[in-house]
Amino acid sequence: MINLVFWFFVILIVLSAFSVVLNKNLIYAAISLLLTFLGIAALYVFLWADFMAGTQVLIYIGGILILLLFGIMLTHKITSVKISHTSVQKGIGGAVVLVLFIGLLWMIKITPWKMESAMEPEQTVNTIGTLLMTDFLLPFEVASVLLLGALIGAAVLARKES
Amino acid sequence: MDNLQVYLIIAALLFSLGLFAVITRRNAIAVLMGVELILNAANLNLIAFARFGGMNITGHIFALFVIVLAAAEVAVALAIILNIYQNFNSINVDEAQQLKQ
Repeated sequence: MINLVFWFFVILIVLSAFSVVLNKNLIYAAISLLLTFLGIAALYVFLWADFMAGTQVLIYIGGILILLLFGIMLTHKITSVKISHTSVQKGIGGAVVLVLFIGLLWMIKITPWKMESAMEPEQTVNTIGTLLMTDFLLPFEVASVLLLGALIGAAVLARKES
Repeated sequence: MDNLQVYLIIAALLFSLGLFAVITRRNAIAVLMGVELILNAANLNLIAFARFGGMNITGHIFALFVIVLAAAEVAVALAIILNIYQNFNSINVDEAQQLKQ
């Protein structure tokens, strides 16, 4: 049963990711991206990363995807039917990416991955919070400054010049 | 599903598809979607390695910072794209060749 759920999400991710890169309609591509993010959040649950799964849904689906949809809506005239676009160099790009993918598969296959068994933790939030406040305090603070900078920068850039 | 390679293969596929979108898409927002796919592939790898490397939470922290950076990146990129749209009336990346009109 649990295997069935896992493979369902894997197939969901693969199909929706293909739809993201190939769909002619940008809105459909964005909705497919939602399904991809959802599937990845599900895989995080399978990887015992409960907090990361929640963060993925909150930030990617609730934040980034909504921003992307706003971007699509603001840069197309809603009245014009053509909310679509084309791709260029599909043949060469596809060939390059296919070669890269096969190379990655080969690398994954031949590498002797060193694995360690572990017990499933009850929750990860506690450890993440402790680590953020001790070992990773400096990156944590730098990230907050970066977010402030991005906030101000985005607001200044997006405003029309008066 | 208790197998590291499955996750790595999914992440490799996501990375390749994201790169394909970055290479071939003309619309700047579609290119951004490709970048998001690539970042998600990296995150999936990080968390898979955390899980199969003895449940090391440091991998989760790294993925968390990637998500934070992705949020900042998308906000700034969309602001730039909106500016390009105001200047050129189009956001096709192959048409925007000048910084200023």
